[in-house]
Amino acid sequence: MINALLNLISESSPYDWLSYGFMRNALLATLIITPLFGILGTMAVNNNMAFFSDALGHSALTGIALGVLLGIDNEIISLVAFGVIIALTVTRVKNTKTASTDTVISVFSSASIALGLVILSYGGGFAKYSAYLIGDILSISEAEILTLFFVLLAVMVIWALLYNKLLLLSVNRELAASRGVKVSLVENIFVLIVATVVMLSIKWIGILLINSLLILPAAAARNIARSSRQHLVFSVLIALFCGVFGLMSSFYLDTAAGATIVLALAVVFFICYLFRKK
Amino acid sequence: MKNNGNGCGLCEIKVNNVSVKRGGKTLLNSISFELHCGELTALIGVNGAGKTTLLKAILGEIKHDGSITFCSHDGRSLDKITIGYVPQFLDFDRFAPVSVRDFLLSGRTRLPVYMFHPKKHKFSVEESLRLVSCEKLINRTLGELSGGEIQRIMLAGALFPMPELLILDEPVSGVDYSGSESFYEVISDLKNNYHTAIAMVSHDLGIVKRYADKVLLLNKKVLCMGNANEVFASKEFQESFFSGLGEEND
Repeated sequence: MINALLNLISESSPYDWLSYGFMRNALLATLIITPLFGILGTMAVNNNMAFFSDALGHSALTGIALGVLLGIDNEIISLVAFGVIIALTVTRVKNTKTASTDTVISVFSSASIALGLVILSYGGGFAKYSAYLIGDILSISEAEILTLFFVLLAVMVIWALLYNKLLLLSVNRELAASRGVKVSLVENIFVLIVATVVMLSIKWIGILLINSLLILPAAAARNIARSSRQHLVFSVLIALFCGVFGLMSSFYLDTAAGATIVLALAVVFFICYLFRKK
Repeated sequence: MKNNGNGCGLCEIKVNNVSVKRGGKTLLNSISFELHCGELTALIGVNGAGKTTLLKAILGEIKHDGSITFCSHDGRSLDKITIGYVPQFLDFDRFAPVSVRDFLLSGRTRLPVYMFHPKKHKFSVEESLRLVSCEKLINRTLGELSGGEIQRIMLAGALFPMPELLILDEPVSGVDYSGSESFYEVISDLKNNYHTAIAMVSHDLGIVKRYADKVLLLNKKVLCMGNANEVFASKEFQESFFSGLGEEND
């Protein structure tokens, strides 16, 4: 069925960018990753977590480095594990409500970049990890696409169960608590999902750009949405559109796919900002 | 929709010798009083007198000694009653695309707000908005509302399911005069038509005088209790609110 869909897309496309197997795979991956980030981004933005997810993305370097140190063959395991630890720690710091929260998160972010770089550059071997910085969606395999697809399904189920509670939480924490929402639990589940999704996608999108993919579609949609449903739908559509458009453009411009997608998102953000409903 | 007074099922809430201690400090010292249905009881006192602590004890959010019991009209004690809570004027992200409908739905159903909702959810939201005279605001985003409107929407949220006890913690502090007036009109309606018991913390003594049926002057313990005129005329009231001024003037 997926092949039929791809054939349809490539036949209806006047160009030949989908005649390559790796481009088809990249397109499939984009069709899964972008809506995933479009969905999660809405609540990340509503809960003022842009700074948090930035620190999370940067912590990937240390995640990879720890994997190398511990001799874990599959870096995904150490990436996700470290991402989850960072996410829970930063959330905890955020909730202590000291005036210096931003500073503390920024220290976490800097420290994990530095630690990761120090370990990975030991002996002058950083070059082989530099691909992680900008990502390479063209190298994704079919098995990895399938994994991402199941992640998307799982996220959609958890999202439906958690959404109303997250919405109350995003309006006001104390209010949500008074309505019987277990605020810490809900928040921790959410950051756990974000951490997992970010870490599973970071190889394809890149450490430098992953936060933009999470924040930009939802931030753009926020300018023109007047309800939660519109916010979610616009965010997913913007992410999908920019994902496919950016990927296609990167093929013809011969540029990095992740960067081109994020650039398209930034342009859409500014257009939405100009037409914002305020 | 006048209620005959028995409709709420609740007669009174008895607060019996409630004490709260935290870290060796006594926040509340054997507080006893009753809240009756169809009555607005105002809790007043200086800052740090324990007003909000007392509300939280009634809400069951903090540990306390003593007992808080709910009694029905026929004298039976009820295990649990529905309590609605309206917090202080909220600080929130005014650019979030959350409509009034989204907000009210999220507090009353498990079906995600972004899905299409059955008619009964729609009716329940409309009914709550009608109670607070905000039907027209249903499609507005929370950020577009005035302070008074926000608080009425918060009240609408607290009215589902219809509470037997409504707790208001300085509901209109920071809200302008007309917003505050319309809020208390709605509160009076609820009290008279639905016989809701209402407990309210307020610093605005003018509002307390106009709307409270009973006033409780607190400072760690109950200093004075009665109707507004009685309490305002009491020695304890003068000492609580004006003693500092008095000494300066002497």
